[in-house]
Amino acid sequence: MNTAAPQRRTMRRLEPAAIAGVMSRELANFRTYWRGTTFSSVLEPLVYLLAFGLGLGATLVKEVEGVPYIQFVGTGMVATAVIFSSALPAMFGTFVKHRFQNTYEAILAAPVDVEELVSAEMLWIAGRSAVYGCVPLIVTFFWGLEPALGMLLVPLFAFVTALGFAGFGVAMAATVAKIDQFNYVTALFVTPLFLVAGTFFPISGLPQGFQDLAQINPLHQLVELVRGGAFGFEAVDLARFAFLVVFALITWRVAVRRMHARLID
Amino acid sequence: MAAIELRGVVKRFGSITAVDGLDLEVPAGICLGLLGPNGAGKSTTMRLLTGQAIADAGELRVLGYELPRESKPARAEMGVVPQLDNLDVDVTVEDNLAVYARLYRVADVGAAVDRALDLARLRDRRRDAVDKLSGGMRRRLLLARGLVHEPRLVLLDEPTVGLDPQIRTELWTLIGELKARGTTILMSTHYIEEAERLSDEVAVMHKGRVISRGRPADLIAAHAGRQTAEVYAPPQRLAELRTSAEASGLRVRPAGPAIAIVGSERAGDGAVPADAVVRAATLEDVFVLLTGEEAE
Repeated sequence: MNTAAPQRRTMRRLEPAAIAGVMSRELANFRTYWRGTTFSSVLEPLVYLLAFGLGLGATLVKEVEGVPYIQFVGTGMVATAVIFSSALPAMFGTFVKHRFQNTYEAILAAPVDVEELVSAEMLWIAGRSAVYGCVPLIVTFFWGLEPALGMLLVPLFAFVTALGFAGFGVAMAATVAKIDQFNYVTALFVTPLFLVAGTFFPISGLPQGFQDLAQINPLHQLVELVRGGAFGFEAVDLARFAFLVVFALITWRVAVRRMHARLID
Repeated sequence: MAAIELRGVVKRFGSITAVDGLDLEVPAGICLGLLGPNGAGKSTTMRLLTGQAIADAGELRVLGYELPRESKPARAEMGVVPQLDNLDVDVTVEDNLAVYARLYRVADVGAAVDRALDLARLRDRRRDAVDKLSGGMRRRLLLARGLVHEPRLVLLDEPTVGLDPQIRTELWTLIGELKARGTTILMSTHYIEEAERLSDEVAVMHKGRVISRGRPADLIAAHAGRQTAEVYAPPQRLAELRTSAEASGLRVRPAGPAIAIVGSERAGDGAVPADAVVRAATLEDVFVLLTGEEAE
């Protein structure tokens, strides 16, 4: 057998082939469980819309900021769908693949680096979230929400936000020692971010301190961008989008670094 | 050029030195068995070779690539079969293979999958989910997945640990076929029989370094001689026998409920009791003498 290297290969960082390979693994797995995930991601916003939009909307609140309450909630729910379909799968999925299934050990034995692995996982989750994030919007069409051109940007907004939360989830998965510690992460970050995003009530009604906090909540920026897409953009929306891009970049780098520390001895 | 060259490799985890000045050369085309007790540093060595552990000191070259700097192209040309089954259990057999064909940048994924299916003898189960397969089929698939890109070098990390004897024999057949094709193999194991059957050469690893190396027959001749006499008796008598055998210059090792008097062909009259069972010396005798630990 020829023992000399036939040709010396050189390989770069962030190779599309490596990222596509890791994503193809996710796709192969997704094909086995997409029904359940899709069912819950359609049903959940529907339940929320019925409870809040119809329940609250029919009895206590008619309109918020000049918008029928059900449409206010429906557009806001995009952010809810995005965080729950990005942060949580990133946290639990990454932890399970690393700790219980030893999946990453096999992937990293192939010519795939931690950076490519993490990037692929984030892209996959974000792509999925971009689709699931649109569901509440589509559902709200049935309650009189008018389709608008700006809504075509919603998948992009959802994608970028989901990238950020996927990076956050991966970084958390690489940080916790045990899977039950995700309870802290959920209680300390995910739930407050979700509640103080302006989904169910306008941020302007909150005390000033909370309003300031909401400004650094990526989910709030997404809520505003989606409402911009539905009811008209403002100049400040550009800054909101830039904020989300920066959020995604930061969590990406932190996730890569944390996972590197976790996976490479 | 050797397929693997390690010089003075050191890897510490906190206060534990898992690999302690390891020198190891694996020439191309052979199967080298890395034999050692649990904790000898075999798994850490495997992780160093796949770039999942970074050495604290020493030089590592794999297929001419310098690690860790050129770990990625090195990984592209080697195959790894892990100790633990990490197949995607809900996914079909062929999809498991196709994903890894892509990760290894195989040009014709379909052809690679077919080839791997033939190798694992799973062509008729290609569309079944992995969790529908028997234990033996899963292990064959795990092996085939590591070979999907036809690597020149294959790392087998305890390939049959915890498997029942029938599955073990099946896998040995597959590994034998791989050897026959001239693929270089580095196989870690703590099963003596596995090392003896499959390896052209065995390196005995203990406390993070190789303490002896050679063809199994040469190692036996050098360290254990020709014959071993095993004596089964109550502990009290075993202790007495041990003392007298050692007094006459023989080496004695524990062997479960018995003791084994190694190199018994050199024993003088009376050193080996009449009720001893005399057998040919084995690699197990060598292993226990060298590492001081009983083999599995």
